[in-house]
Amino acid sequence: MERKSINRTHGPDAPHGEFHRVGKRARKVDSMAVATGQAVYTDDIALPGMLHGKILRSPHAHARIRSIDTSRAEALPGVHAVVVGTEMPERYGVIPWTPDETALAVDKVRFIGDEVAAVAAVDEDTANAALRLIDVDYEVLHAYLDPHESLEKHDPAIHEDNKKGNVSKHVLLEFGEVDAALEASEVVVEDDYVFHGTAHAPIEPHCAVARWSGDGVLTLWSSTQIPHYVHRLLAKVLEVPAHRVRIVQPYLGGAFGGKSDPFGHEFCAALLARKAGRPVKLLLTREETFYTHRGRHPMEMRFRSGCDADGKITAVDSRILIDGGSYSSFGLVTTYYSGQLLCGPSHFPTYRFDSTRVFTNKPPCGPKRGHGSVQPRFALEIQLDRMATQLGIDPIDFRRRNWQGENVTTVNGQTVTSNGFLQCLDAVERASGWKDKRGKLPPYRGIGIAGSMYISGTNYCVYPNDMPQAGILVKLDRSGLATVFTGTSDIGQGCTSVMATLVAEELGLRLDQVRVVAADSDLCPVDLGAYSSRITLMAGNAAVDAGRKLRKQVQDAVGEKLGIPAGQVMLADGYAFDREDGDRRLTTQEAFQLAEAKFETLSASGSYNTPERGGDYRGGTIGASPAYSFTAHVAEVEVDPETGEIHVPKLWIAHDCGRAISPVQVEGQIEGSTYMGVAEVALEHHEVYGDVGAEAGLHKRPSLLEYTIPTTLDTPELEALIVESIDPEGPYGAKEAGEGPLHGSLPAVANALYDACGIWMTKLPFTPGRVLAALREKRTAEAGVS
Amino acid sequence: MPSRLLHFRLNGDDVEIAAPDHWTLLEVVRYRAGLTGSKQGCDKGDCGACTLHVDGRAVLSCLTLAADVEGRAVTTIEGLVGPGGPDVVQDCFDAAGALQCGFCQPGMMMAARQLVTENPDATRDDIKAALASNLCRCTGYTKIYEAVENACRRARGEADAPATAERAAS
Ligand code: FES
Ligand code: FES
Repeated sequence: MERKSINRTHGPDAPHGEFHRVGKRARKVDSMAVATGQAVYTDDIALPGMLHGKILRSPHAHARIRSIDTSRAEALPGVHAVVVGTEMPERYGVIPWTPDETALAVDKVRFIGDEVAAVAAVDEDTANAALRLIDVDYEVLHAYLDPHESLEKHDPAIHEDNKKGNVSKHVLLEFGEVDAALEASEVVVEDDYVFHGTAHAPIEPHCAVARWSGDGVLTLWSSTQIPHYVHRLLAKVLEVPAHRVRIVQPYLGGAFGGKSDPFGHEFCAALLARKAGRPVKLLLTREETFYTHRGRHPMEMRFRSGCDADGKITAVDSRILIDGGSYSSFGLVTTYYSGQLLCGPSHFPTYRFDSTRVFTNKPPCGPKRGHGSVQPRFALEIQLDRMATQLGIDPIDFRRRNWQGENVTTVNGQTVTSNGFLQCLDAVERASGWKDKRGKLPPYRGIGIAGSMYISGTNYCVYPNDMPQAGILVKLDRSGLATVFTGTSDIGQGCTSVMATLVAEELGLRLDQVRVVAADSDLCPVDLGAYSSRITLMAGNAAVDAGRKLRKQVQDAVGEKLGIPAGQVMLADGYAFDREDGDRRLTTQEAFQLAEAKFETLSASGSYNTPERGGDYRGGTIGASPAYSFTAHVAEVEVDPETGEIHVPKLWIAHDCGRAISPVQVEGQIEGSTYMGVAEVALEHHEVYGDVGAEAGLHKRPSLLEYTIPTTLDTPELEALIVESIDPEGPYGAKEAGEGPLHGSLPAVANALYDACGIWMTKLPFTPGRVLAALREKRTAEAGVS
Repeated sequence: MPSRLLHFRLNGDDVEIAAPDHWTLLEVVRYRAGLTGSKQGCDKGDCGACTLHVDGRAVLSCLTLAADVEGRAVTTIEGLVGPGGPDVVQDCFDAAGALQCGFCQPGMMMAARQLVTENPDATRDDIKAALASNLCRCTGYTKIYEAVENACRRARGEADAPATAERAAS
């Protein structure tokens, strides 16, 4: 379908001379509420008469449900409602092309933890007791726990009506003559890489609260990062008109992609509340949050890359097996992203990827920060270092030689506008003391580099439509306040403050003169949500669009009052003044009143849609973004040759986020991303028991203690460096910062290990046992040679 | 379910609250007293989001039986705010940009508050040790250290570090 591009590019320049709010180190507009304990998260909501819901989960990795008997649970005093899957049989998927989920299992369960029934009772203890009274008769089926087995066998298939057996998605794309290019290459490196699978582990567990009004309007408060898709699917599954559904996202305690799908507990809270005639809260336990998963996909990746004698890359070729777990989730996109997002900052003249996602009977995988591309990026950046090493080129120089440049089209047809990668390389090289360290540190200490790029939102809208991808409303009040109504989801990344900052800049306000109402579907225009790092660029452009319309009215009214052309009226720091004579000024409150008198009630909407982007082939728009961010990581490592333990004392990260609207928050995103990436190197591993038996498929460590997310003592020192390549597409030139700075953390550590002790580690996680084995292997090889 | 009447001091007020015998202090402050600033991230002692003060010392309220605080003084994140406004620790966290999603932060700030009181000369290593049982998934801890270091500076009567000063002024 042709989509209308609403690409009102607003330009990189400050609207009133210099920037007054943008780029300043300010407090977030909404964080004092958090600091004082006033911020209301979903589980903080208590409604009169509210019941508590609990979900019965499958103890089997793969089984058919013969029957469910809920009569004993229903008879328990204090139980107000019980629901089972047949009451919500409508199938859905966050990607409309792959609708393979139901709110509760209808005929089959597909992983340990799959939702089977739900109960609402006066309190959690009673609800838990009721769950134990539900009798489910299962016919246990063969559990697929190995993705290779899923490729070969599908009897019985995990999704029986899937035409491709246990294959969820296959993408094969080739750009140029890869085989010929490799044939002609001076250097070819080839290796197998493994990404093991990790979880998001936000500190806030999932929670939803549902209430039906007497006149049949459903309000759902949920810890979701994409309220709009929950809205659409809740209406569909519950068969209620969408206008009778209101979705509110309260303060949210971290998401990282893990709160992107519409979840069973959201549908269950809504149906339980309808059946009980009372509000229902459904709070998942920490263990349930782990079972719910949607974490980063395990991938087995064979990569082959070549370069010429000058170290210019000639070809990249990958073959990737993706373990999707039990449902599709965003898997169609994941499969594309595993190949589409690699074509920068290094230029490849030829490229092929062949990615296959299969179903297994494990908790379903989904999008985690750096969706789909963190895993192949790990492989690719190690390949670059291997080629550089073979040619005796410094790995940073190797990346400089292969830099794609600005305003270029990649081999897979993506348009790269601004590109600050060279400045990123310079920044980390300088800050880390690279030249004094690389190859020069004492034994078992080393330093490594990696680069990466990421999207600032994507062209590909999850469901095809002609409407804006981001919309916003701004109202000006005679009190001098601007209120911003936005559907954007602040999940801690700070987009509420970004929206306030942009509107304040346009209208010459201080941040305390802007208030943001966000993520309430009754009050705010639709925004597609917090995913694909889209908000700053997309909703930010919409915010500038709305602000600029109002600014013109205010300038007009003030110009008339001061007897000067509207264009001569400047707005800054709470004042409207004559650019030629700063003493002729009014407060913005007075200015708003003049404008309201002249133009009537003041409000404006702003919208944004991406420009046409992407390659002209099937899937060519997936991963095509208006603008790309770039990052360079340098990691320093120490290896203990006795124990095989890796210690990462410090990382330097330079990230090109375009214009930094809020530098403190950009630094926070760089630090938090890198922290999360480094944790995936050696500490974190989402893993299930593989042995056949009752526990096969059971999550091995579903607690924060066992899953070992890093504490203060495990986290390296992180030095965040901001690079600002002003992009023509972003609001005042801004791009993303929330996901890009994760990617390079993993391969930078791997490349530093080579510098430290001459081993190429390619299979994550880098456990002490694996490091020791690699060191042993190297010693044996050296002994054999000498 | 057997219940009991609990009597303790909560953020400076003497309270009397009925709750089931097996409830934790976290459940009582959140779901009986309505003080939802203390967060539940795991309910088993792993994350520290539920950290509050009993008699001035940081404890994990999800591992503390409510019955154990009979007659004692409990302070939650809400109780740090005084007539003069937010506590210095709260202000420093806000000014440093330490709050992302914020879910870990009430617990983090209660742990930090005890440290700043007991050791205003805390080094970065002291801070890491004092906060080691409070998990944050968003920040990489960097700005949390800066916030605590600044709170220590203020506790010693010194001026803010330059970057924070600029942010505090905004
Ligand atoms: S909720 Fe108490 S330690 Fe996690
Ligand atoms: S700020 Fe989100 S967990 Fe710490």
